[in-house]
Amino acid sequence: MEIVLVGLNHRTASVEVREKVSFTAEQAQRAAEELRARGILEETLVLSTCNRSEVYGVPPESSHECAPGLSTFLSEFHSVRADVLGVSLYHHYDQEAVRHLFRVAAGLDSMLLGEAEILGQVREAYRFAHERGATGPVLNRLFQGALEVGKRVRTQTELGTRPMSVASAGVKLAERIFGKLNGHRALVLGAGTISEQVVAHLRDRGVAQLRVMNRSRDRAEDLAKQYDGRVTEWGEWDTALQSPDVVVSSVSAEEPVLRRDVVERAMAARGNRALFLMDLGVPRNIAPDVAELYNVYVYNTDDLSEVVQQNRSARESEIPKAQGIVDEHVDKFLSWQASVELVGLMDALRMKLREERASFLRARMEPMKHLTETDRAHVERLMDEMLEKLLLEPAERLRGERELRRKIQNVEALRDVFLSNREKP
Amino acid sequence: MSNGAPAQRMNHLFPVLTALAYLLSFGLYVRFLSTGSKLTGRLGSVLLGLGLIAHYFALLERSRGLHTVPYHDLYGSMSLFGWLLGVTYLGLELYHRQRSVGAFVLPFILVFFLAAHLAPADRLPPPAAHGAIFALHVALSILAYAAFALSFVLSLIFLGEERLLRRHKVGDVVWRLPPLELLAQMSQSSVLVGLVSIAIGTVLGFVWVDRLSSQYSFYDPKYVITLLVLALYALYFRLARTTAWRGARASKLCIFNFVIVVLSFTVVNLYLSHSHRYF
Repeated sequence: MEIVLVGLNHRTASVEVREKVSFTAEQAQRAAEELRARGILEETLVLSTCNRSEVYGVPPESSHECAPGLSTFLSEFHSVRADVLGVSLYHHYDQEAVRHLFRVAAGLDSMLLGEAEILGQVREAYRFAHERGATGPVLNRLFQGALEVGKRVRTQTELGTRPMSVASAGVKLAERIFGKLNGHRALVLGAGTISEQVVAHLRDRGVAQLRVMNRSRDRAEDLAKQYDGRVTEWGEWDTALQSPDVVVSSVSAEEPVLRRDVVERAMAARGNRALFLMDLGVPRNIAPDVAELYNVYVYNTDDLSEVVQQNRSARESEIPKAQGIVDEHVDKFLSWQASVELVGLMDALRMKLREERASFLRARMEPMKHLTETDRAHVERLMDEMLEKLLLEPAERLRGERELRRKIQNVEALRDVFLSNREKP
Repeated sequence: MSNGAPAQRMNHLFPVLTALAYLLSFGLYVRFLSTGSKLTGRLGSVLLGLGLIAHYFALLERSRGLHTVPYHDLYGSMSLFGWLLGVTYLGLELYHRQRSVGAFVLPFILVFFLAAHLAPADRLPPPAAHGAIFALHVALSILAYAAFALSFVLSLIFLGEERLLRRHKVGDVVWRLPPLELLAQMSQSSVLVGLVSIAIGTVLGFVWVDRLSSQYSFYDPKYVITLLVLALYALYFRLARTTAWRGARASKLCIFNFVIVVLSFTVVNLYLSHSHRYF
């Protein structure tokens, strides 16, 4: 029962290679089927995200022996030259494969440390493979463990709690003022890529009403349509600023778009309800003196970048705690693996000893013609009882072994001593 | 303890348990604020609850031992204040599902509980007033002061967090404190509890005075300052919700109002009032 992992990620492969080796859902299913049909793997799971493509499997033979076959398969499947792919691929076996997956689920192996999306991607990949019968007892156990690790790291550490992008930092800061944003209103000035990123975050947070304002009405309409918002005519500041709680501005303009007098009028009209202004434009879209107004909070790109930097340091300080959870679950998985292997080992040993006993008795009892069938059956039963006792003692000792490493070593030693390669479970 | 011979004969178990539970709860709330561990926060709340139960029995035991009400002397009055502050906070915490201000409230509860034990011994005669109306009048008045004290703490946190957000100093604590709007809501909830309590408590006080002497006495300065407190908090409640005062200005008004409450609780009670010594 060995585990093999072959894959590549953002650290080992360029985006060009990652693009070529990524799997669609249909490709993931086809790859899993082919790997099992060719006898390379017995259980298979393909994890493919924008930053990684990994194949997890349980091979029929030794994991080290199947790895080259897996690499060749990937190269053929994606039509990428083996030498190009070879330098980008990593191979992990057993304990290291388990640890790698748990680190991935925890967000420790992500490009953006602690990102939340990867856990959902692992869950989806597992669900997809499980529903199609590609996984078995080993990968089921492995991925259930990975999901548990991911969940624990997210609830018991602060690895994923703080925003790591300027857009998400801005939205999270707005939540420091208003609490949950569902039920609140937002106005977006500009319809470029940055605005779109913020709009996506705002929609994720359940903003009730979204208005888009842009010099080009067509682009504003595109963005509004995409995120179920409405368009407000450019320049109608008094109306536009009356209702939103969050204003995001990312407009190309030489002069500030929102001047103090405009915001001051708006604040008077809205009864000084708090207003959070996110200025993502360079040069700045919001006049600096707007920040002096009562109940107005202004954050520009530099302010938000500083927040992101602080959060990065805070996340990094959580790595040891998350790593501790990963280690704990790796031990738990290996302990389960060793127990399962012990059961399999004992079954194999029992079968081998019974065969030995049968051939031994056949040879030795041949000349003893005076023994009746009842006597012979009695002798067989006695020998079986003795063998069971001989087996039971080491099995109990191994089962009771508390130190995981020693337990695994003992299981391996027992297997090496008593079973040939052909007989190993 | 310096509360006279009868108090010394009393069992110290409940006060010790109370102090221990409050101290542990404070430590857990502080840890929750610094680590964000939900389990730690829950344990903090549980220990506060246990502390309040032990505190209740400590008050009960003392009252029975002295054959008087808890608010008869400075010890009882301060201790009851601390207990009601804890009860109000725990209620607010459960209602708003927000426990990150616990670390700021527990020190006040602890200070009042411990300071009560350091208060000078009182040898006052038994109170002239008895009965349910009088007891309710006093209990509601102290509950109102506790609720106002809580809104004071919440307003201070609001101002601190607002200042940090405006200055872009978003450190560890800001991410764990409640959002500003929630802090304002919590403060308003607390003031509402205080307003209702002081309004009913004051009416009951007048009813009691009327029964006792068959006529209202308008000469006690305590009446004037209590009505002023009521008016100021009613004003805060109105301004904080609807006008340009919402936000930091309302919080400053809340802090100012609490200064008047402290004035009422100390200077007026001790030097000006003739019938409101400790409440």
